[in-house]
Amino acid sequence: MTTLLQNIVDGLGRGSTYALLALGISLIFGVMHLVNFAHAELITVGAYVAYGLARADVNWWVLAVAIVASAVAASVLVERLAFRWVRNANPFTMLLTSFAIERLSHALWQVLVSPKKQSFRGPSWAFNTWTAAGVRFELMDLLTIAVTVAVLALTALVFTRTLFGIAVRGAAEDFDAARLMGVRANRVISGAFAYAGFLAGVAAVMILLRSPTAEPTLGADWLLKAVVAAVIGGLGSFSGAVIGGLALGLAEVFFRSYLPAGTPERLTDAFVFALIAVLFIVRPQGLFKVSTAERV
Amino acid sequence: MLQVEGLTTRYGAITALHGVSLRVDDGEVVALVGPNGAGKTTLLNTVAGLLRPATGTIRLAGADVTGRDPASLVKSGLALVPERRRIFRDLTVEENLKLAGITASAGQRRTRLAEAKALFPVLDTKWHTAAGYLSGGEAQQLAVARALMSDPRLLLLDEPTLGLAPRLVDVIFELLATLRSQGRTILVVEQNARRALELADRGYVLRTGHLVADGPGGELAARADLFAAFVGLGG
Repeated sequence: MTTLLQNIVDGLGRGSTYALLALGISLIFGVMHLVNFAHAELITVGAYVAYGLARADVNWWVLAVAIVASAVAASVLVERLAFRWVRNANPFTMLLTSFAIERLSHALWQVLVSPKKQSFRGPSWAFNTWTAAGVRFELMDLLTIAVTVAVLALTALVFTRTLFGIAVRGAAEDFDAARLMGVRANRVISGAFAYAGFLAGVAAVMILLRSPTAEPTLGADWLLKAVVAAVIGGLGSFSGAVIGGLALGLAEVFFRSYLPAGTPERLTDAFVFALIAVLFIVRPQGLFKVSTAERV
Repeated sequence: MLQVEGLTTRYGAITALHGVSLRVDDGEVVALVGPNGAGKTTLLNTVAGLLRPATGTIRLAGADVTGRDPASLVKSGLALVPERRRIFRDLTVEENLKLAGITASAGQRRTRLAEAKALFPVLDTKWHTAAGYLSGGEAQQLAVARALMSDPRLLLLDEPTLGLAPRLVDVIFELLATLRSQGRTILVVEQNARRALELADRGYVLRTGHLVADGPGGELAARADLFAAFVGLGG
């Protein structure tokens, strides 16, 4: 029972980070029909910004804000400099562009900083634990869950209460119809990239609190999980992305916990991906279907 | 209000419109009729900025708007109710209308939301329902209400009665008559060709991308030769 509870909290903590990233990927897919393989590079940007500032002994609150701000700025910049030029090209061109940006980002950090891992000092409280009713929780898991809940609540508010959010949802469903209503394509896409950047920035803060290191390929591992979580949820479905992320986090933790001790992490991943393969055989459209049917 | 001169629109190698010219004067209701594949939707989509014409000019209230994007045309006073309605099914009725008022000020948006409730009581009763759950007739009313949110000077309607039961077709034609009496300028593409022409001040007949006839609506509606070729569109 104790292990079960710990596993659930651990899984939700991990899954929360996937959920934030998957939501960003789903958001961009919604407005552009692009699976943005460069999305997790925003974590890397945040990591190097944090590394730079941490050497100047800036406190963690300032770092967190700087990480989020840099992810937002980088996301908007990449859209403006790269994706905008291929927006009307075929989807494969957009996909290749995102791959190119991902590679470019890896190379850029290798050249600008170093191919090696750069560690910096995280907050001392990051590995504290908290015991309640005989169950020991990692503070970071609880913080990640709490922050994710707050960010998701804010996101729900933005997407149902603001004109920007409604425009993004409308554009995700039928972009041309949204343009016919006066929605400006550049503005709504730029805004979606900014919001996706914000979500990735928050995810980056959670990741870096736990593991304060910057390296060129930091984004790569997260990218795969985030894309998988978004696809599990049914690409383009916002609630699906969140549930996909949480499910993936829980699946990982439970496999790790119930596979024999000493099973390497890569093998755990293999079990997770096998499970996902089965899911797609049973339900190829993902857990949540995005409505496309038309009623006449 | 609208002057279209020598408009040619292509889809790749296929030319859908061959140098079409037409005009809609202030306060006029103009019907554009023709068989399937004549290029009626292509014409409206080109005027609304969704498609770029290969040649020709489009003038709205005197200004050349050829090649402008749809959003800026909405700001200039044009609104299109697109073919098959294309309402946002995942958005509620209210959200559909709010989104359609994106170019208006917050105050104007509030006023127009209230006007929409008054003009479309059936939408008022489903205000917080996702539009995907509306019936065909309700969805069509939402599509028109949405276009009115920008208080357009020129309203384009593409097949507003498509797929509706006869009783609902009547509702839509009554709505068109109401909009007409409000003095709105309207260009409507309609499969119920006779009925649309009878309502309209003037009409144009389009066939395989060419204008083949034009004149006062009543006159065109009476010309049997024009409709012989419209399989099933004689309504």
